[in-house]
Amino acid sequence: MELYELTLHELQQVLDKQEASATEIISSVLGRINKVEDKIQAFITLDEEGAMAQAQQCDARGSFSGLDGIPYGLKDIICSQGMRTTCASRMLENFVPFYDATVAARLKAAGGILVGKLNLDEFAMGSSTEQSAFFPTRNPWDLTRVPGGSSGGSAAAVAAGEIPFALGTDTGGSIRQPASYCGVVGLKPTYGRVSRYGVVAYASSLDQVGVFSREVGDCAQVLNLIAGKDSLDSTSVELEKPDFTSFLRDDIKGLKIAYPREYFQEGIETEIKNTVKQALLKYEELGAIVEEVSLPHSEYALPAYYLVAPAEASANLARFDGVRYGLRDFQAENVIEMFSSTRAEGFGDEVKMRIMLGTYALSSGYYDAYYLKALKVRRLIKNDFDKVFADYDLIVAPTTPTTAFKLGEQVGDPLTLYMNDILTVPVNMAGLPGMSIPCGFLEGLPVGLQLIGRAFDEGTLIRAAYAFEQNTDYHQAKPDIGGDII
Amino acid sequence: MSFETVIGLEVHVELKTRSKIFCSCSNEFGAEPNTNVCPICSGFPGMLPVLNQQVVEYAIKAGLALNCEIADYCKFDRKNYFYPDLPKAYQISQYDLPVCKKGYLDIEFGGTKKRIGITRAHLEEDAGKLVHQGSISSTPFSLVDLNRSGVPLLEIVSEPDLRSSQEARAYMEKIRSVLLFAGVSDCKMEEGSLRCDANVSVRPSGQATLGTRTEIKNLNSFKAMEKAIDFEVQRQIEAIEDGEEIIQETRTWEEDKQITRSMRSKEEAHDYRYFPEPDLPPLRISRKWVNDIIQSMPEMPEQARERIMDEHGLSAYDASLLTLTPDFLGFFDECTRYYHDGKIISNWMMGEMSKLLNQKNLDITQCKINPVHLVDMLKLMDEGRISGKMAKEVFEAMFETGSPPEAIIKEKGMEQISDEDTLEKIILEVIAKNPRVVEDYRNGKKKATGFLVGQVMQATRGQANPALVNQILARKLNS
Ligand SMILES: [Zn+2]
Repeated sequence: MELYELTLHELQQVLDKQEASATEIISSVLGRINKVEDKIQAFITLDEEGAMAQAQQCDARGSFSGLDGIPYGLKDIICSQGMRTTCASRMLENFVPFYDATVAARLKAAGGILVGKLNLDEFAMGSSTEQSAFFPTRNPWDLTRVPGGSSGGSAAAVAAGEIPFALGTDTGGSIRQPASYCGVVGLKPTYGRVSRYGVVAYASSLDQVGVFSREVGDCAQVLNLIAGKDSLDSTSVELEKPDFTSFLRDDIKGLKIAYPREYFQEGIETEIKNTVKQALLKYEELGAIVEEVSLPHSEYALPAYYLVAPAEASANLARFDGVRYGLRDFQAENVIEMFSSTRAEGFGDEVKMRIMLGTYALSSGYYDAYYLKALKVRRLIKNDFDKVFADYDLIVAPTTPTTAFKLGEQVGDPLTLYMNDILTVPVNMAGLPGMSIPCGFLEGLPVGLQLIGRAFDEGTLIRAAYAFEQNTDYHQAKPDIGGDII
Repeated sequence: MSFETVIGLEVHVELKTRSKIFCSCSNEFGAEPNTNVCPICSGFPGMLPVLNQQVVEYAIKAGLALNCEIADYCKFDRKNYFYPDLPKAYQISQYDLPVCKKGYLDIEFGGTKKRIGITRAHLEEDAGKLVHQGSISSTPFSLVDLNRSGVPLLEIVSEPDLRSSQEARAYMEKIRSVLLFAGVSDCKMEEGSLRCDANVSVRPSGQATLGTRTEIKNLNSFKAMEKAIDFEVQRQIEAIEDGEEIIQETRTWEEDKQITRSMRSKEEAHDYRYFPEPDLPPLRISRKWVNDIIQSMPEMPEQARERIMDEHGLSAYDASLLTLTPDFLGFFDECTRYYHDGKIISNWMMGEMSKLLNQKNLDITQCKINPVHLVDMLKLMDEGRISGKMAKEVFEAMFETGSPPEAIIKEKGMEQISDEDTLEKIILEVIAKNPRVVEDYRNGKKKATGFLVGQVMQATRGQANPALVNQILARKLNS
């Protein structure tokens, strides 16, 4: 085994037992990145020198705790002090924040080594990472396919062994869907569990930072570090935070699991449904009670999402006007022209489309019919979940309707592309925690199992995910990245 | 045809909290450009607002001072528009659920009392400002100063209850007075901490429906407000009389030309696309908090007026002038702690003091006279050590220098002579020098004493106690 292949907790053991130094770990990881990155293209920014320098400082200190000496990556929408944060947009191509997002600051404080910033769909708008203004990222399991999105760079880097863990953001499935496509663990915590401070906003009422890792235990450990009230984010919640690693117990006897029939309907590939049903049988075998339930308003989640998210985005992205930072058209004759030409040049098509959608939905005369109605749908979706969670501990479903699709296949077909989020969006609309873990392969491509929990009950997700992982070996499969790019 | 004017005001007040509304930047006025700024109030990517609790407290105080209902539950909304001084390209404001609503203020104008309704008062953040070097038309670029971005504002919206520019002014002055007393704003129009927009319409007298209104912006002094409203009313009346239709539009007051000019019509009006601010949870205001604030509310001008009329027998007119600002009242109250006669204090404040402040264009916080010194001066008068005329001179010197009256008297050698022996000696000399006048007096020309008193005053360079001089002179002449 090479060091880059180790998981977070394995690396901690290696450091603890002094079997390898931080420098050796970083060297191994950078070696791996240099070897596969031209195929995967997960990183927008890579800081090899900085990472090595930190590793050397780490070794000089001699003792290791927390994330000391552990490499990681951040989705390039999470601000990192002194390191370019582009949101995969021309608009912020050269933007270097002078502040850290709270999550970045917490990982830094724990001793983690930030290796670089990971690709995404521009401003997190997309489901394939093809909307990056710079380049698409490829799926390590099949380089002709997308890694999913918007946190495709994070998922692909973890799956390809470029880093043991990464942070992403999930607004409508942007962590769970790429985790599913890339065969890794992806956790979107409850809205309010993790601070959004310093995370460039897409849709503020839906965005949540979460974790990608190769094993469930690593995910729990990183969640321990990033979760908790932040005085800089008024929507982060003051709650006693459990030790999430305490849920890593291989025991789910009596756990009540519901599977919603709406998540197994038409439009979901049969083989995906079958794979997930196998997983449900596994849970039964492990002592859980598994029953079918209904979430009747599920079908309205996607249209409502595509009103709420673009509406908020239209305001959130208005600040990119060329006045204070980022791109500016210096040729413009006056300020109005400067605003419009800067934005015309700086934003990609998908971003422009969502801004226009959102602007329209909020326009005078349309607000009640669109935005307000979407908020009401949101309430109904939340009620559906509340009813199920009155009787069940956990909801289990597929993460995505299909496995990873081919690059270019869905470009220019937004409606098909948006269907990728049909199983993940309701969770964001209800603000609940959701997770995707590997549960099988179809024609060599990973299938994700989605776990949905009560608000602030990430513990049960972690417990159920860990039990599944302990009794299966899908997480141990590794992609062979030898193939040529087609 | 006679017309009735209908005016509603939107008054913006800066709350003088220590820090801004959504970040911890200082809220002081007049700092170097872009020194009170941070990533939050300059709208950097990923930044989030955190509501300053002191701002809410001040808004509640202001609401109570404006006789408003304080909401149990209110929320913030985004008001979207592009402008270079608005860093997020949206302003966080309150749309449908303001912190205060349904209030009123009583104004007095032309001797009659009138109640002006307040529809609502809501919180919002201020924008920055554009700075131009030289003339705006010739400068090749604009500079942006974000010091003001994120300064807490309370926007107070009145009902269309005002009927003249003078009433509008009285209402503005009343807002200023109650908010100064509540201690939530310094209400300085010249610094922009008190601003207003006026909605103005006219209608034929007796007509029930309102005429089409225009909104006048950029009214940054009481005088500008009065003049702009008067101009606009006249413009609208003339237009109607010429058979033109009034267009609903936004107009700006052009100070140099003394006219209002059209900025944009309703058709071009912004669609602000308000929606609930997702970065801030709704705000719940507990009744306990409101009650605690009610308990700690300072005296309001009306209460103060009643009190000083009661305690010192002042006229309603004097009392309302003394209670225009808490600083003015504070000076009065401080004086009355050490001096029994409030009326005399009031006379000095309303007379000499106001005159000098007006002459120098100062407000009372800039006045050098210490209340205790004014009291000392009054006591010197009572003791007969200075005359009323001398007191005015002493007062002026106190106003100039801030010195205590004793020191001024000593320095100027102007203490009143009240020593009877000294005065008697001088009076006898004057009598001796003016036998003819004395004879005139004894022959019945009682007016002749005036001349003799004048002579005594001259001999004492005006410092003789006039009452004593009269007394002694009469005794000597009649003996
Ligand atoms: Zn600030």
